[in-house]
Amino acid sequence: MTAIAPPAPARGGAFKFPGLRKLEQSLLVYRRVWRGTFFGTLVSPVLFLTAMGVALGSLVPNITAFGGVPYLVFLAPGIMSAQAMQTGTVEGSWPLFAGFKWLKTFDAMIATPITVRDIVLGHLYWLFVRLAIVTGVFMVVAFLFGAFRSPTFFLAWPSAILTGVAFGICMSAWTATRKTEQSFSIIFRFVVTPLFLFSGTFFPIEQLPETVRWIAWFTPLFHGVALTRSLAIGHDLDLLTLGIHLAVVLGMIAIGTFFAFKTFKKRLVI
Amino acid sequence: MPGPESATPLQAASGGVSGAAREPLIRARGLTKKFGTFVAVDAIDFDVAPGEAFGFLGPNGAGKTSTMRMIGAVSPRSGGDLSVLGTDPDKNGASIRARLGVVPQLDTLDTELTVLENLLIYGRYFDLSYAEARSRAMELLEFVQLNDRASSLVEPLSGGMKRRLTIARSLINEPDLLLLDEPTTGLDPQARHLVWDRLYRLKQRGTTLVLTTHYMDEAEQLCDRLVVMDKAKIVAEGSPRSLIEQYSTKEVLELRFPVGVQETLDGQLDGLGERVEKLPDRVLIYAADGEDVAAAAHERGLRPETSLVRRSSLEDVFLRLTGRSLIE
Ligand SMILES: Nc1ncnc2c1ncn2[C@@H]1O[C@H](COP(=O)(O)OP(=O)(O)OP(=O)(O)O)[C@@H](O)[C@H]1O
Ligand SMILES: [Mg+2]
Repeated sequence: MTAIAPPAPARGGAFKFPGLRKLEQSLLVYRRVWRGTFFGTLVSPVLFLTAMGVALGSLVPNITAFGGVPYLVFLAPGIMSAQAMQTGTVEGSWPLFAGFKWLKTFDAMIATPITVRDIVLGHLYWLFVRLAIVTGVFMVVAFLFGAFRSPTFFLAWPSAILTGVAFGICMSAWTATRKTEQSFSIIFRFVVTPLFLFSGTFFPIEQLPETVRWIAWFTPLFHGVALTRSLAIGHDLDLLTLGIHLAVVLGMIAIGTFFAFKTFKKRLVI
Repeated sequence: MPGPESATPLQAASGGVSGAAREPLIRARGLTKKFGTFVAVDAIDFDVAPGEAFGFLGPNGAGKTSTMRMIGAVSPRSGGDLSVLGTDPDKNGASIRARLGVVPQLDTLDTELTVLENLLIYGRYFDLSYAEARSRAMELLEFVQLNDRASSLVEPLSGGMKRRLTIARSLINEPDLLLLDEPTTGLDPQARHLVWDRLYRLKQRGTTLVLTTHYMDEAEQLCDRLVVMDKAKIVAEGSPRSLIEQYSTKEVLELRFPVGVQETLDGQLDGLGERVEKLPDRVLIYAADGEDVAAAAHERGLRPETSLVRRSSLEDVFLRLTGRSLIE
């Protein structure tokens, strides 16, 4: 190294595309660790679709909704959305918390021209990438299982991605407020798992008693599942209903991101 | 309130060029940090000149890290004025940080990545191209003697190696101002000397160093000027030498008595040297000539177990200023 170069012109520290540097860091880490997670990403849809879609499905009559489809066709988009929720929520919990507390990666970042805004946006982008991988693998597996029948099936992919990101970013905003990791497992037990089971993932919500059915409309996963399933099956698409489901999912992303800006800042700028 | 200089772009900072009066690189007036109602930094004033090695010396909780984080434009100040590289960190934080190197008190290395990857991604945070980041990373690994560990994961590295890697990382953007928060705490003597040597070289190249430390010898070795902090305030300021001259005597006589004897000595030490300081385990007598005092003590019939004359150090300055020793 030679003598210190004359100072670079002040660039205001603003990157042209905020968040990309943080995304790069996530990708670099993923490149190191992907082998550890990829097996689960691949095996999980195979197991679910074999056990529930094929084996259990052989005992279940065709679902009368959607013009009558085999259980496997009904189930696959539901499981895909629920898995997206789970993946997003996981990404918004322990791995994110590590950046705040255990590894202090974010403290290292904010000592550079990276800003809290870059971190939030980069994390959001990363959620998209991670969800695209997990649901993409699911799409391929489900396709090979013959779970897709309609030409609109590929639209189920972005729908599942958005569903996962919606949960991921909301969880992330909350994780930034946590001092310890203790509450994460409570979230999974009392929020994620019930949603997984009762959001129309495994059975149409019409099967629930009429008195509690309306609750499903207020559970966030229900909309992601309904949107993904409608697009995957492609029967009688009602644009208004789809629009409502999509709006709920996008609304979650917007609200989650809004709060993430606030909670990340409160956590990191002290 | 931002000073008039904050309207101008970041000032040039290549140190050691001219002797002409230069704007300080850091200027703090009444700088204050509060956490809730707790005052961690209480209205301190200091200037750091370009090319200078400036130290914050103080015990645990004195407010050193809080001060460094404000200088590093990551922690907003609660009061007072602060200008770093000629501008206000609250307003132009990112552009200040673009020209800082930061070695935090606790390592923040990415343990999921390799040594080299840590440097590469850090270079990317400063908007370097991968090619540029790589070539700088290789040079820096050589500089901190870690080149043979480039592709090793960070986790198995020793504490000293991690510290050196953190220092290498802080240099990836060729900073004008290097902030080091306890750069050698926890390192063995050999590792410390290596770090000191590297810091000394950086200083000679004109990098301005600001460091915090608990270690007197570190402050004496590295710092042109330092402030002593205690309980959120600056209690003294000067070069190591001038502080010693001002707050201590040339020599110190250290007497250790057999267990229980020290407590029975009241009065017998009075008048010896210029000042007597009783610590739990020994007595320090400050005097221009330690041998003289040792002889005088002997004449009075004092029979310490050990008797040692040494030169005054910053430790003595600290003891004088705060009534406590720095490292308990
Ligand atoms: N985030 C925080 N919230 C509340 N109090 C804090 C916070 N950070 C620091 N403090 C308090 O401020 C005081 C100064 O802390 P600081 O870390 O600046 O001290 P220090 O001189 O660096 O000490 P050390 O030598 O132990 O590193 C301490 O009493 C500490 O408990
Ligand atoms: Mg500290």
